[in-house]
Amino acid sequence: MPFSLTGLVVAIAAIVAAAAFGLIRRARDGRLRPVRPDPDTAHRQLLSSLGVAPDAPLTLLQFSSQFCAPCNRARAVYAEVAGSLDGVRHVEVDVAVHPEVVDAWHIRRVPTLLVVDAAGEVVSRAVGVPTRERVLAAVAPHVIVSP
Amino acid sequence: MTRADAPAAATLDPRGPRFAAGVTSVVVVVVLVTGSGWLALAQAVVFASTAASVRYGPYGRLYRWLIAPRLAPPAEREPAAPVRFSQAVGLVFALTSAVGYLAGAPVVGAVAAAFALVAAFLNAAFGFCLGCEMYLLLRRFYPVRRTS
Repeated sequence: MPFSLTGLVVAIAAIVAAAAFGLIRRARDGRLRPVRPDPDTAHRQLLSSLGVAPDAPLTLLQFSSQFCAPCNRARAVYAEVAGSLDGVRHVEVDVAVHPEVVDAWHIRRVPTLLVVDAAGEVVSRAVGVPTRERVLAAVAPHVIVSP
Repeated sequence: MTRADAPAAATLDPRGPRFAAGVTSVVVVVVLVTGSGWLALAQAVVFASTAASVRYGPYGRLYRWLIAPRLAPPAEREPAAPVRFSQAVGLVFALTSAVGYLAGAPVVGAVAAAFALVAAFLNAAFGFCLGCEMYLLLRRFYPVRRTS
């Protein structure tokens, strides 16, 4: 059987690169990060066009796509949080249907979560599938101050 | 074969595609180490058949016959559509690799195989599906024309 040393080196390099990428991404995914206020009111109007209603103190706005298995797991987490806390809504939108919002908010992967407060301001965001506890920790302060 | 399982056909035991990605990783490493265009072509046929039907893809059959009976039933099932899409992406890389090796361009063959290996290894080791995420990237590069 032929043997290619170059091929072996390429294979090892590909596996090392993939492992590094995977470890970094696994460490970053599923964390809710605070977002600085966005001065662009047009962006806020875009969000309200998605059904982020001002009557809910807090909206978990989830961006999903058709070919996305983790979106289902994220949906289960957000739906559970919305169901267990008064004043928290879960809204899910398809990135294919709303490309203008995807561009405005620089959404590069699905599932992405934007946490939107009563003023229509995005207060935090997450990529991937956070645990229920992380979502609750990020959401609780906003819900308690506005009963 | 009866179609009594038809309602479940659109969903999968998620461990099946991960097992398949593990087998794919090993096959692609052998492709790189031997520089075999024919093995790359065989992997391309596997990708094509799995893209056509995840349930009847060769590695998926192997999983159900050998592995699944020894495991507990899956805690959750996943939709088959993302897996089919990613297998179609894998098919493009495996075909490019096969053509490269067989046409006397081993650099093309190795580079395409390396991309396939990265994607398969990420799926097997971490459960990430790069092929599934390409959908959103494509949308960004070819956005829907604005109607306003």
